Amino acid sequence: MNYAIILYILGCVLKFEGAFLTLPTLVGFLYGENSAIAYLVMAVICFLLGLLLTRKKPSSSNLYSRDGFVAVSLSWIVMSIFGAVPFLLTKEIPSYVDALFETISGFTTTGASILGNVEALSHASLFWRSFTHWIGGMGVFVFIMAILPLMGGSTMNLMKAESPGPSVSKLVPHVKDTAKILYGIYIGITLCEVVLLCAFGMSLFDSLTTTFGTVGTGGFGIKNDSLGSYTPAIQNTVTIFMILSGINYAAFFFLLSGKLKDMFKIEEVRWYLGTILLAASLIAFDIRGMYGSLREALRHSFFQVGSIITTTGFSTTDFDLWPEMSKCVLVILMFAGACAGSTGGGIKISRLVILFKSIHKELSILIHPRLIKKIRMDGHPVEHEVVRSTNVFLAIYFITLMASTLLISIDEFNFTTNFTAVVATLNNIGPGLDFVGPTQNFSIFSGFSKFVLMFDMLAGRLELFPMMILLMPSTWKRS
Amino acid sequence: MNIIIVGCGKVGYTLVEQLNNEDHDVVVVDERPEKLQNITDNLDAMGILGNGMSHSTLLEAGITTADLLIAVTGDDEKNLLCCLIAKKTGHCQTIARVRNPIYNEEIAFLKEEFGLAMIINPEQATAMEIAQIFQFPSAIRVDSFAKGHMSLLHFRIGPNSPLIGLQLFKFHQTMQRNVLVCTVIRGDEVIIPNGDFQFEANDIVAIASERRNALEFFRKIGAAKSRVGNAILAGGGKVSFYLAKMLLHSGIDVTIIEIDRARCEVLSEQLPKATIICGDATDQSLLMQEGLANAEGFAALTGLDEENILLSLYTNRVSGARTVTKINRIGFHSVISELDLGSIVYPRVTTSDYILRYVRSTNASKNSEFEKLYKLANGKAEALEFIIKESSSVSGIPLQDLNLRKNTLIGCIYRNGHVIIPSGQDMMMEGDSVLVVISGYRISDIREILED
Repeated sequence: MNYAIILYILGCVLKFEGAFLTLPTLVGFLYGENSAIAYLVMAVICFLLGLLLTRKKPSSSNLYSRDGFVAVSLSWIVMSIFGAVPFLLTKEIPSYVDALFETISGFTTTGASILGNVEALSHASLFWRSFTHWIGGMGVFVFIMAILPLMGGSTMNLMKAESPGPSVSKLVPHVKDTAKILYGIYIGITLCEVVLLCAFGMSLFDSLTTTFGTVGTGGFGIKNDSLGSYTPAIQNTVTIFMILSGINYAAFFFLLSGKLKDMFKIEEVRWYLGTILLAASLIAFDIRGMYGSLREALRHSFFQVGSIITTTGFSTTDFDLWPEMSKCVLVILMFAGACAGSTGGGIKISRLVILFKSIHKELSILIHPRLIKKIRMDGHPVEHEVVRSTNVFLAIYFITLMASTLLISIDEFNFTTNFTAVVATLNNIGPGLDFVGPTQNFSIFSGFSKFVLMFDMLAGRLELFPMMILLMPSTWKRS
Repeated sequence: MNIIIVGCGKVGYTLVEQLNNEDHDVVVVDERPEKLQNITDNLDAMGILGNGMSHSTLLEAGITTADLLIAVTGDDEKNLLCCLIAKKTGHCQTIARVRNPIYNEEIAFLKEEFGLAMIINPEQATAMEIAQIFQFPSAIRVDSFAKGHMSLLHFRIGPNSPLIGLQLFKFHQTMQRNVLVCTVIRGDEVIIPNGDFQFEANDIVAIASERRNALEFFRKIGAAKSRVGNAILAGGGKVSFYLAKMLLHSGIDVTIIEIDRARCEVLSEQLPKATIICGDATDQSLLMQEGLANAEGFAALTGLDEENILLSLYTNRVSGARTVTKINRIGFHSVISELDLGSIVYPRVTTSDYILRYVRSTNASKNSEFEKLYKLANGKAEALEFIIKESSSVSGIPLQDLNLRKNTLIGCIYRNGHVIIPSGQDMMMEGDSVLVVISGYRISDIREILED
C-alpha cells in the first residue's frame, strides 16, 4: 500500500474542499449572515491542511487498484468530517454526529436529514447542504481529474472506484478528457435547469439549491415540505430533470456527438424509461381517487417515481399516506435505482438487467444442461467478470441491508421504519416510510444507528466494494 | 485459358481436376511438396513449389501470361495478398477464397479494393444450398435459376409413390402440365428421359418448375413437406455458422451441437438467438435430449464424413426430420448415393461449380450470357442458365424446329416475370433466361446446343 500517495491525494481533496467552501462563504456574505465566518474559517483550514499534505509530490506515484479504492473511500470520509464542521460552528446543528450525518447524506446524494425545521437554517448552510449534493453527484475525483493532471494512466483506478455501475468505460482515450466531458455535460444540465426554474418564477437561490439537489440526485429541500409548495410547472420541470439525471451520461455523450440512434440503442436507458412509465402509470391509477384530477395524480406519481428511481428523494406530497400498493411500488423502485454511469444510486438498472438475464440463462441450462449461452447487453456479450462481480455485488448488498436493519433495530422502532431507513440510505434516496417518511426525519435514531446509516450511505454511493475493502485486514498490510 | 491455382487442398485438387476436363492449362503452386506431387501424379497439371505470395514464384508460374489466378490456400489473408500481388504483376483476373465471417461482412469492399473478379466462400455457398433445402423440404436438392424464379427440384421416388411404373408421356397428361422432368438419376446413370421412359422406385428425378407449382405437384404425389420450423445442426464449423445465420434470419429455430467449448463460446457470441449446446453430437442421448425426435430439420456438418453419414442414418430412423449430410471427400460416391441420407452437400463441388461458372462465362460470346452452372450426378450432367442477349441461331425459332444435340433439354424459360415450361411451339427470345440441361458434352455458349 502506497500511504504517501494516499495522503497526497487526501491533501488534494482537502484543497478542493477549501475551494468549494468559499461558495457558501460568498452566499453568507451576500445575505449578510454571520455564518459566513464559520465557512470562511473552515475553507482556510481545509486549504492550509491540503497545502501541508501536498507540499511535495511523493517519490512513487504508483496507484494500484487497492490504493485507488482506499484513497477514494478515505477521501469521502475525510471530506465529510471536515464538511460537517461549519454546521457545528454556526450552532445550527449542535451535535457533531448529526452534523456528520447531514454532511455524509449530502455528499452521498442521499438527502436524508436529521433536521426538523430546515427553514430555520441560514442561507449559507442551506447552500452548502445542497452544494454537497452537486459535488457528490458526479464525484469529487472526476472533478479533480478534469482539472489536475493527477498521475497519468493509473487514475483510472480512482475513477473505477468512484463511478457508479458494473463496468466503467472511457468515452474518449484520455481519463482527463473523459472527466472533462462528464463535468461539461453535468454543468450543462445544471445550467439548463437553473434557467428553466428561474423562468418559471423561482428565485435564483431556490432554483440553484433545487437544481443541485436534482442533477446530483440528492434531495435536500430548502423547504420543510420539500417541493410541495412550488407550482406544478416547477414540479414538472424538476421531474424531467430528475429523470434526465438518472440516465447514463454516455447517452448524453452520444447525443452531443450527434449519434441519436446510439443513445436509444443503449438497452439500459430503454429499460429505465420503460420502468418509469410503467411504475408511474400504476401509481397514478392507484391514487387517482386521492387527488382532484387525473392530471394531478399523474403529476404526483411521475414526480415521486422519478424522485425514487433516480434516488433523489424530493417529494411533492406525503407518499406515506398513499395506498399500500403504491408504497410497495416505490419501495421496489428504491432498490432498482438509476442507470449505471449516472449520478443516481441504488442497485442500478444495468445490474438488474444482467441479473434477470442470468436467471433466464440458468433456467435455460436446466432445460438444455449443456447449453452455452452468453449474456448480452447492447448486443455485445457481457464479460464473465462483470456478471460475477454483479452477483457478488448483490450478495454484499443484501448482507449489508440485513445487517444494518438488524443493527438499527436496537432502537426498537417498527420494521417498516427500520427497513425503509436502511433502504433509503443504502440506496442514497433520502426519505423512507412511516417514521422516516417524507415529512419526518432521521433525528429519532440513536447515535449508534446514525453511524450505521452513515456507513450505508457511503457504501451505497461508492458501490459497496470500496467501503468493504476498508474492512479487509489485508488491505492495510504493507507490500 | 492459362490458369494458376495457388493452394492444393481439397478444393484446389477438385478445381484442377475440373479445369483439366475442360482443357485449360493449369499451373498449381504450393509450398507442400507432397501435395504438389499428388496433383502432378494424378492430373495433367504443372506444379511449382514455392510460396504463392512471392513475386518470383508467381513469375515462375507464368503470371505474366496467365488469364486467371485462383487463390485457395487455407488462409484468407494469404489468398487476398496473393491476388493483390498477382494483379500488380500480371494482367490476369483473380479469384480468392475468403471464409472468415468477419471479412465476409465486407465482401463488396474487398472485391472492389483488391480488384477481384470473384470472391468465393465455400462454407457460405454450402450453407445457402442447405438453407434452400430446409426452405423447400419436399426436394432433396434445390438448384435455383433466374434469381430464384425458376428451380430445378430433385426428389427421390419413394417405395409407395404413385409415379412408379408411370410412363413419362402419361405423366404430363395425368399429373401436371407446368412441371417438366429434366433428368432422372438411376444408379450411376443419368437419363434425360423421353416419352417412353418409365419411373421406378429410388429414381432421383429432377423437375424444372416454379416453386409454387412444384409444391402443388409434390402434394399430388403425396411427398409434400412444409417448411422446416426448427433445425438441429451437428457440428459448429463455418458452414454451421452461416447456415444458422440464414435460418435464424428466416425465423427458423436453430440448435447447434459442438464439442469444442471455446468454439461454442464464439458461436454463442455471434449467434445470440441460436441455442448452442456443448457436447458430442454423436451422443445419442444428448441428441434425444435436445429434441431430435421432434426436429423438423437436421444437418450433419461435423468435420468427419463417416460421423455425418452415421448421424443422418440415425436421424432418419428416429425422426421425420429433413436431413442434410455434408460430405467433404467424394470417394465412395456410388455407395453413398445408395444410402438413405436425405440430401447430400459437397462443399468442394459447390466451390468448383462456382469457379467453373466464372471460367465458362469468360469464354461465352456476346450474344448470350452464361449465368449459372450446376453439376448433376457427380458431373455426368449439367444444368445451365443462359441469358439471351442478342438474336442468334437459337432464338426466334420454335423449339421443335431446332436441331438440338442429343441429350439436350430446354427445361424452363423465364420471360418478363413469367416462367414458361416450354412445349415444341415455344421459342427462345432476346432477354430470356433459359435453363438448359445437357449430358455427355460441355458448352459455354448457348449456340453450342445445336447440332453442327
